[in-house]
Amino acid sequence: MYRFLGKHTSLRAWLLLLPAALWLFVFFVAPLFIVLAYSFLERGTYGGVVWSFTLENFQRVFDPLYFNTFLRSFYIAGVTTLITLILGFPLAGYIATRPAARRGTLVLALMIPFWTNFLIRTYAWLTLLRTNTGLINVTLLSLGLIKEPLSLFGNDFAIILGLVYGWLPDMVLPIFAALDRLDPALIEAARDLYASETKVFWRVIWPLSLPGVVAGSMLVFIPSLGAFVTPAILGGGKSLMIGNIISNQFLAAHDWPFGSALSFVMMTVMLAATLIYFRVTSGKERRQL
Amino acid sequence: MKRKTFWLLTALALLALLLTACAPAAAPTEEQAAPEEQAAPAGLEPAKEIVFYNWSEYIDPEIYTLFEDETGIKVVEDNFSSNEEMLAKLQGGATGYAVIVPSDYTVSIMIEEGMLAELDQANIPNLANLSEQFKNTYYDPGNKYCVPYQWGTTGIGYIDGEVDEPTSWAVLFNPDPNHPAYGRTTMLDDAREAFAAALVYLGYDINTTDEAQLQEAKDVLIQAKAGLAGYDSDTYEDLLASGENLMAHGWNGDFLVAQEENENIAYTIPEEGGVIWVDNMCIPASATPEEKLAAEMFIDFILRPDIGAMLSDYNYYASPNAAAEANFDAEFLEDPTVYPPAEVLDKLQFIHPVGEAESLYQRLWDEVKSAAP
Repeated sequence: MYRFLGKHTSLRAWLLLLPAALWLFVFFVAPLFIVLAYSFLERGTYGGVVWSFTLENFQRVFDPLYFNTFLRSFYIAGVTTLITLILGFPLAGYIATRPAARRGTLVLALMIPFWTNFLIRTYAWLTLLRTNTGLINVTLLSLGLIKEPLSLFGNDFAIILGLVYGWLPDMVLPIFAALDRLDPALIEAARDLYASETKVFWRVIWPLSLPGVVAGSMLVFIPSLGAFVTPAILGGGKSLMIGNIISNQFLAAHDWPFGSALSFVMMTVMLAATLIYFRVTSGKERRQL
Repeated sequence: MKRKTFWLLTALALLALLLTACAPAAAPTEEQAAPEEQAAPAGLEPAKEIVFYNWSEYIDPEIYTLFEDETGIKVVEDNFSSNEEMLAKLQGGATGYAVIVPSDYTVSIMIEEGMLAELDQANIPNLANLSEQFKNTYYDPGNKYCVPYQWGTTGIGYIDGEVDEPTSWAVLFNPDPNHPAYGRTTMLDDAREAFAAALVYLGYDINTTDEAQLQEAKDVLIQAKAGLAGYDSDTYEDLLASGENLMAHGWNGDFLVAQEENENIAYTIPEEGGVIWVDNMCIPASATPEEKLAAEMFIDFILRPDIGAMLSDYNYYASPNAAAEANFDAEFLEDPTVYPPAEVLDKLQFIHPVGEAESLYQRLWDEVKSAAP
C-alpha cells in the first residue's frame, strides 16, 4: 500500500492531515455550524429552539440597546489593548536587553502568576478594590490620605484594570520575541549614521517589532472584547459587555437563537478586523523592508 | 520507503487514538442500559452513585455520609445559582443528574416541557410527613412530580444599628444619597426576583404581563441602580457580614446563616409585601431507571424527621416537613424571619411562569442592567 501512496504524494498528505482535520471538524466546525443554524431559528419559550426560519435575531443585534453594548465593548477592549501596549512594550524591551541567562528567569517571573486560575485572581482583585473593606481604601483611609473611599469597584475602571492585568503577558511575550530577534548591529548602524535616539526607535526598533505588536494586540483585543467574567465580577454586574449579554441569553433569558446571532456577528466582526489589520500591517512592513 | 511507512503508521495510530478517545464516553451507558432495561422493575437495583444538582450551601454534607452508610449510595453534589441557569443546562441536554431542586414556578415550566419524571410514590413512604399545604401546591398538586425541600421568603437584609429597619421598598427604589446604605446595597441578579420587588413596590401583581406596568417597574429598577454597589445572588450575605455593604435584597435563610458571623444582620419584609417561594426535589426525565430509584430513596431519606431537622439546622430555612418540625427548638419555630406571622404571609406572593411575556421580562432586564448607573 505504501508503494501506491509513495506515488500519490497528495493522497498521502491528505491521510496525514486526516486526524487533525477530523478533530477540527467534529469539535470546531460542526459546533460553529450549529450556532449558525440556531441563529436563524425562533426561540422556544423556555429555552431550546423552534424549527422555523427567521431573520429577526439579526435585526435585534442592531437594536440600540444591544448595539450600544457592542460599541462599549469595543471601546473597553480598545482602551485595554492600548494600555497593555504602553505598559508591555518597555517591559518587553527591558527583558530583551538583559543578558541571555536572566531573560529566561524574567519571562518565567512574568508567567508565574498565571499558573493560578483566572477566576481566583479576579476575586483576589476584589479584596483589593472593594469600596469599604478593600485593602487599598482601608489603607488610604487609615493613613488619612483620603476622606471618602475611592470608587475603585463596580465601574469601567475596575473592568479595564482587571482586563489589563489579565492579558498583559499576552502583549509582552510576542513583542519580546520580536525584539529578541532584532539584530543590535542595525541599531548601531543607525547611530553611526547620526540618527537621534527617537529616530532610532521610530525608524528601526518600532518597525521591526511591529509583527510582535500586531500579534500581541490581537491576543489582547479579541479576548477582551468577548470578556464576561471580569465585567461580571469587577464591574459588580452593573455594566455589561457583549460577553455578558450573550451568556445571559443562554443562562437566563432562554433565548438561544438571539445568543447565537450575537456570537456570530461578533465573530464576523473580529474576523474582518483581523484580516484588515494583518493586511495593513504586512503591507507597511513590505514597504519598510 | 521506510520513512513513509513510519508516517503512515503514525497517522493511523493517531486516528485510532482519536477514535478510542471518543468511544468510552458513549459505550458504557449503552452497555449498562441495554440488559437492565429489560429486567423487571421489581428486580431493579438502585444506582451506586447519584448526582444532586442543588443551590449552593443548601444541605449539610453530613447527610450524604448518613445516606451512604445506610444505603451504600454515594451522592455527588453540583451547584447552580439561578433557576434559569439550571433550566438552561438541562435544556442543553445535560444528563446524569438524579435529583434537582427547582423553585415553584420553574417546576411548572419543567412539567409543561416534559422535563420531569413522575415519582413512584410507593418508594417515598415518608411523603406522609409533609405538612398539608405542601401536599397540594399550586404547581404540583398531589406531589406527582416533586417533593417540597425547603421554603422561604425574599426581602431585605440590613445591618441593625447602622441602618434603620427598611419599612418600604422605597429604600431601594428611591435611593437617597444621604442614606448610610447608599452605594452599599446589592440586589439579586435575577430578573424575576428583581421585577417582583419593583412590582410589589409599585403595588402591581408580581406576575403581571402588562407592558405598561413592566415598563414602569423597569424605570424604578434603573432608578435604584444609583444606590447599588452591584447585582449579586451568591455572596451578598457575606458582603453584609464583612461590613462591605449595609443592605441587601435576598433570601431570608442566607441572612440567618450570615448572622453567625455578624450578629447585627437583620431581615425584614417591607410593608408592601414580598415573594414567598418553595424549592422542590424533582427527578429529571433524563434519569435512568436505576438513578430514578436511587433518587427516590434519597428523597425519602430527606423526608425523614431527623434528616429534615438537620437540613433546617444547617441552612436556616423553614421546613415543609411537619414531622421534622417536631424536632425544632421553639425559638426557631417562633422566629418571624423563618416563619413569618400570618399578617406578613398574607402579603407574600408566589412567582408564576409568565409564558410568552418571559421574553419581555428578559429584554427589560437587559435594559436595566445595561443602563448607565
